[in-house]
Amino acid sequence: MTTTDLGNLARIGRWRLPRRHVPVLATFALLLVMYGIGVSQYRAFSDIQVVFNAFIDNGFLLVVAVGMTFVILTGGIDLSVGSVVAMTAMVSASLLQNGLPAALVLLIALLIGPTLGFVMGCVIHYFEIQPFIVTLAGMFFARGMCNWISNSSIPITDPFWTGVAQERIGDPRGNFVSISVLIAFAVVAVAAYALAYTRLGRNVYAIGGNPQSALLMGLPVARTKIMVYTISGLCSAIGGILLSFYTLSGAPLIAVGMELDAIAAVVIGGTLLTGGSGYVLGTVLGVLVLGVIQTLITFDGTLNSWWTKIVIGGLLFAFILLQRLIGIRKK
Amino acid sequence: MGRQPVLTMTTISKTFPGVRALDSVDFRLFPGEIHALMGENGAGKSTLIKVLTGVYTADSGVVALDGQQVSFTGPMQARAAGVSTVYQEVNLCPNLSVAENIFIGREPRILGAINWRELRRRARALLARLELDIDVTAALGTCSLAVQQMVAIARAIDIQARVLILDEPTSSLDSSEVAQLFRIMRQLQNEGIAILFVTHFLDQVYEVADRITVLRNGRLVGEYPTAELPQLALVEKMIGKELDALERLDEQPKRELAAVEASTPLLEAAELGRKGSVAPFSMTIHAGEVVGLAGLLGSGRTEVARLLFGADRPDHGRITMDGSPAAIRTPIAAIARDIAFCSENRRIEGLVGELSVRENIMLAMQAARGWTRPIPRRRQDELVRKYIDALSIRPADPEMPVRNLSGGNQQKVVLARWLITEPRLLILDEPTRGIDIGAKAEIQRLVVELSDGGMAVLFISAELEEVLRLSHKVAVMRDRRMVTQLANDDTLDADRVMATIASGASS
Repeated sequence: MTTTDLGNLARIGRWRLPRRHVPVLATFALLLVMYGIGVSQYRAFSDIQVVFNAFIDNGFLLVVAVGMTFVILTGGIDLSVGSVVAMTAMVSASLLQNGLPAALVLLIALLIGPTLGFVMGCVIHYFEIQPFIVTLAGMFFARGMCNWISNSSIPITDPFWTGVAQERIGDPRGNFVSISVLIAFAVVAVAAYALAYTRLGRNVYAIGGNPQSALLMGLPVARTKIMVYTISGLCSAIGGILLSFYTLSGAPLIAVGMELDAIAAVVIGGTLLTGGSGYVLGTVLGVLVLGVIQTLITFDGTLNSWWTKIVIGGLLFAFILLQRLIGIRKK
Repeated sequence: MGRQPVLTMTTISKTFPGVRALDSVDFRLFPGEIHALMGENGAGKSTLIKVLTGVYTADSGVVALDGQQVSFTGPMQARAAGVSTVYQEVNLCPNLSVAENIFIGREPRILGAINWRELRRRARALLARLELDIDVTAALGTCSLAVQQMVAIARAIDIQARVLILDEPTSSLDSSEVAQLFRIMRQLQNEGIAILFVTHFLDQVYEVADRITVLRNGRLVGEYPTAELPQLALVEKMIGKELDALERLDEQPKRELAAVEASTPLLEAAELGRKGSVAPFSMTIHAGEVVGLAGLLGSGRTEVARLLFGADRPDHGRITMDGSPAAIRTPIAAIARDIAFCSENRRIEGLVGELSVRENIMLAMQAARGWTRPIPRRRQDELVRKYIDALSIRPADPEMPVRNLSGGNQQKVVLARWLITEPRLLILDEPTRGIDIGAKAEIQRLVVELSDGGMAVLFISAELEEVLRLSHKVAVMRDRRMVTQLANDDTLDADRVMATIASGASS
């Protein structure tokens, strides 16, 4: 084979390249179609505040899903996130009730999630146990801790919390977002940068592509794997704080099943469950898809809110099949 | 060569539980040479490389790089010192780009952020040095296997490599891709890099290697300039001449091949092949015929068996049984057509160590009947007793856990299991390896009896004497091709088969 032959092969490769963007583009197209349906059916839907509200109502989910994106990119899964969100909110509410200063509460609340994530990451890596079962254990543990703290909801009256919760950042026409949305955007920006421009991020993709190869290429597999669960824990903690801003309380049974919403958002956003391919931007689109479905069903008014779940279920099927088809054609 | 060797390994020994993998082996590598490390599977090649790259620690012996004694703790440390390895399997990430695969782990950065532009520029420069025109932004998975292999080499030589170890890099490449690889190897050679080349392909050794080191059974056989070692001599050194030790079978006059092959073939393979496994081949097996499959380990013998048994799916050619086409796509289909396959790795693929001799023997028959129709215990006892006697399995206790038996007797249990299903074609892959001489002779006697009784047997063995003693016809494998099929008449002897293996011609 001559060098030109190899070049031709490579050029065929170049033509195929956009394929890894296909899932994200499909999600984007789906979002546009759903938004288009909304706008054509309901006049108020074209109001830009509808989009802002989708972010306000799902900011915490977005942050959690970003953390989940890291984990899924390595080919793992983190089922503990919903419980960690609830636990973080519970701990914050409980500590504030006991009169601790807001800054200290924030610090403690933000440490719990990453610590649990770090421990789970170590167990997963060093004992070579399936992430599914380790994080399932983490999920039960964190949920149990919520109930141990209190069996009932704890209201938050701390001025810092209420201040942040009520702050509206908007334009003169009355459109606004909450501080939570800005925090969520900041998390998205940092995560996108980390995945694209840092060694940690690239190692995440490499491990998702082929963990054995990553090890043989001398990449810090142990550190990276533990790191992604720690990051997921941190994102859950931030998500928990945002949720406590949103509800101004900590409740032991809040965010039940949120891990599944997060996984759904990540997958609908085009990240491969087997790891190695996907973008944070896709996850943002995935969360928006969920948000727009909720909004559409709210606007309709006659449909039961469980229809959200039915539609999400159908979409998940469609996207998993899409991933499979792309994967098959690649071979 | 008057220069100093870049790498010396002296009196390296390594023992694993029960196996002396390396026994006082010496090895030298000079700058700017391509050095082939030859030996059959299990000769110690991989162990030697793993000791060199720090995967294993030698029990004794010294590794020196540039005269300095070194002791690497792992492949990464070896790489940092300039000893890089490219494995048979491409150990890269298919989802990342070509450029990233070359540089991941040591990307150029500005203030901690990866400088993608610089990374791609360096990748292009490096590939240009290897005269490769590859789009560095393409995902590696979209490139051909050959290109992936080149990218792996590019990654390996980027950090000032002095020694490049290529561990069977050509086994999944086609001939034009191999040529491409050799061009790059010669170019690196000219740059002064010492290349250690491990391969099963004899032709390739004679095409690129300057010197050859031969290992056999963990011992150094010798180090030779390629020009001074004819292929026949190399094969002899790899196999060894331990061929006459076996007790002779009572030499009954073998039936004439023409007589055996008079009827319709039981099984006929036409241009059967699978890319990367074995080149298309055609062969026939008749009822009552023993076909021997000779060739070095790794020459494609087991691959032929796996294709015939449906364990691998052929991508070329077809199989005919009793004159009508037969789709044998899975082992289940093969078993349904009365084909039995005694695999090489009896411990891994064949036996369930915890179960008793009786249970192991009944396994295949029970599977064939389906688990809902258990075989009556009395019938089991009868059958098992019959085969324990027929094969003289020792100890003759049907309830003994099979792991307590010796290797030879375990092999007989595997045989009994398949014989009980009364196959019409029995494929035996290395049935006598690693068992004592008595058991060997018994298994050989059994093969003769079975074929006299009308069973067709495909007999795979590395021992030529054994193949010649039993077969009516010998198919010779080399470099994953079936080079020829020889009628086993008076003119055929071990030397002629060995010459065929060495030369690849149908002598």
